[in-house]
Amino acid sequence: MTDGGWLANGPLFDLPLADIWFGLVFFIFAMFLFLDGFDFGVGLLFATRADSHEREQLLAAIGPFWDGNEVWLVVFGGALFAAFPAVYGNLFSRHYLLMFAILGALIIRGLAPEMYEQREDDRWHYWWGRAFIVGSVAAPFFLGMFTANWLVGATTIITLPSLVVGLAVVALTVVDGVAFLRLKIRGELRADLQADGYRALGAYLVLVVLTLAYIAVAVPDLRSALVSPLVVTFIVLTLVLAGVYAVATSRDRYYVAFVAAAGLVFSLVSIVAGLMYPAIDPAVGLTVDAAIVSTVPLNLMSIGAGLLLPLIFIYFGVLYSAFSGPIDVEESY
Amino acid sequence: MLEPVAASRLQFAVTTIVHIIFPVMSMGLAPFLIYFTWKDIRTGKPIYEQLRRFWTKIFAISFVVGTVTGIVLEFEFGTNFAVFATAAGDLFGGPLALEGMMAFMLEATFLGIFVFGRQRVGNVLYMISAVAVGIGTWLSAVWILVANSWMQTPRGYELVSENGQQVVTLVDPFAAYLNPRFLWMYVHMQNAAVESVALILAGLGAYFVFRHHIWGYPIENVEFWETTLKFGLIALIITAPLQVLHGDLYARHVFETQPQKFAAMEAIWETESYVPEYIIAFPTSIENLLDPRAKDIFGIGIPGGASWLASGGDPQATIRGLEEFEGPQPPVALVFWSFRAMVGLGFWFILLAVWGGYRWIRGQLLEDDLLHLALMASTPLGILAVHLGWIVTEVGRQPWIIQDVMKTSAGVSSDLTGTEATVTLAGFVVVYLALLVLYLYVIARIVRSGPPALADLTVTERPDTPTDEVGTDD
Repeated sequence: MTDGGWLANGPLFDLPLADIWFGLVFFIFAMFLFLDGFDFGVGLLFATRADSHEREQLLAAIGPFWDGNEVWLVVFGGALFAAFPAVYGNLFSRHYLLMFAILGALIIRGLAPEMYEQREDDRWHYWWGRAFIVGSVAAPFFLGMFTANWLVGATTIITLPSLVVGLAVVALTVVDGVAFLRLKIRGELRADLQADGYRALGAYLVLVVLTLAYIAVAVPDLRSALVSPLVVTFIVLTLVLAGVYAVATSRDRYYVAFVAAAGLVFSLVSIVAGLMYPAIDPAVGLTVDAAIVSTVPLNLMSIGAGLLLPLIFIYFGVLYSAFSGPIDVEESY
Repeated sequence: MLEPVAASRLQFAVTTIVHIIFPVMSMGLAPFLIYFTWKDIRTGKPIYEQLRRFWTKIFAISFVVGTVTGIVLEFEFGTNFAVFATAAGDLFGGPLALEGMMAFMLEATFLGIFVFGRQRVGNVLYMISAVAVGIGTWLSAVWILVANSWMQTPRGYELVSENGQQVVTLVDPFAAYLNPRFLWMYVHMQNAAVESVALILAGLGAYFVFRHHIWGYPIENVEFWETTLKFGLIALIITAPLQVLHGDLYARHVFETQPQKFAAMEAIWETESYVPEYIIAFPTSIENLLDPRAKDIFGIGIPGGASWLASGGDPQATIRGLEEFEGPQPPVALVFWSFRAMVGLGFWFILLAVWGGYRWIRGQLLEDDLLHLALMASTPLGILAVHLGWIVTEVGRQPWIIQDVMKTSAGVSSDLTGTEATVTLAGFVVVYLALLVLYLYVIARIVRSGPPALADLTVTERPDTPTDEVGTDD
């Protein structure tokens, strides 16, 4: 097995593995943003509810899921590291403080619901409730900032596109969270959430349009990609899915609305990926082909991911079907 | 402001030292939980449901804190050690990605069912979930240690110059990833996790048994704590001798593959044969403590002992001293004393196991107050020993981030400023200490409130899946 044997003889089956991994890294990112996105959205909606029983219902709805959802971020980091190590190093160290802001927000968000349940008194609930909201809003906001800075190649943290995309991602998590909660919750709360969904959707569309307009005006490097067939397709798809979401929400077609929310998240990530390609780290002009890891580990990782990703979908299938339907606040081990 | 290198190293140290506590808890608890779940389902005895539910609660909180503290570690390679990440991504990225996909995903999804799903899923799926969570935690360690063992004893790679930078390229994945060091690390680490949790079970059990039987403070659920003590003791009897046994074999591997680290562990400066092993070493001055040199330290040495251990039986074997190695040395004092303290604890745990086992056979387990006090005092010492062991492993291999290939100082992100690194370091010191305090507070609350009361047990009745009406009007 010296010299890596057959693994060193070029990419497996002559597949365009660099491009496949570019797509896969963004797919994993989209999975994270869709799945943990509704957890984040639930965190913001938590702020709009004062009734303690309703708050318990919101926490119970995400209880069994959020940890598994967050693992998609771990896998995103791992996949980026394994497939594009130079991007992993450059990008994260360039956005040093922003990365730790994201991680800090995720620490608070992960800890808060767990801590909330540990004691029954009001002050404890007040502070951990606050922490849950702050973490759930800050995490997607910083993630949006990071994504925007990555895309436009900004080297400072606070830029106009980073703020707008940060807000857009927060709005999108609320769109996602409403769709998820309406599947999981019954009664008055379910009906009340409808209006939150419309508001978040409206805000999201406005912010996406602003972002695209900014790119068209101020980022000459990305201007031509803006009218590429792929990007145009996903922009149109965003508008169509927004329509589907609005109609499905008004007619109480919960599953349709949820699928539309997922589609909105995947469309956004696809627009970002489409604008960026063939670069993967625009700030330093690094392309996908230049950044891809060498052949042996690339082939190994492709085999690994090919075997494991289907398994992961089975795990999620088992988890989500075990907890299909509404979740009672009393359920536990 | 600290230099970026110093701040990054300190930050990684702080974040790993706090983080490792939680994986030790989850990896160590996993076999117990699988057993409790199995017995609970098979026998339906209330004690097993109590054990399962009580320790699942502690497992769940440990897992959550472990997740949020662990994600930070993964990203620190990119943020603080970007040059290392870029140069070694070929070998190092894959294991981290596989850890996420193969281990963490399995663990996190089935944990949802294991923690929240008892009333929702049947016995078979529930049992599968317990096993899947356990396998997930143990697989996680596989990939982390594959990555770490490669840094200790790198193999299967080639150094290539890419854009003026030295880059490590993977050429032989089998040599790189089936690293002999990995086996020793894995066995030693997993056994240590179970041993640490065994000490926690035994220590907490002993506390309540002591309160009840010796202080005469009657407590409810005393049977629960007696059983906990016994499970802890059984596991300690199995793991404590093994830990020292393969610890010795592991040290021998270090001697063969990382002689500089071994010399630091023994504080040997000059190359010599027939080197004694100081089983008891005592610093008689501040200098001895801060700059230990085996020859000058007051201690009880077995003649030829260190040579005998290192070579596997030859008291005349030569050990290369630190003076033979060029460049900076690892901080010898930290490595030397940590190694001694770890080994000392290892033997102390064996003594506890023998003592407890002897009392148990004699039927006096519940009466020996001194044993109870010793077990109580030893509750956190397993985790302390894990920390000491990792300090030996990681500090002992300095100045290398990849042994003999890349220096730690060369691996730190080049665009990182001292200010940025110091700010996040300060942030992590505060946040991780707060997390640790919070974790201990919550665990203390859970322990104080004890296992679920017998009246609350629900193992035999399993309500149907709630229908659409649930939660509408209550």
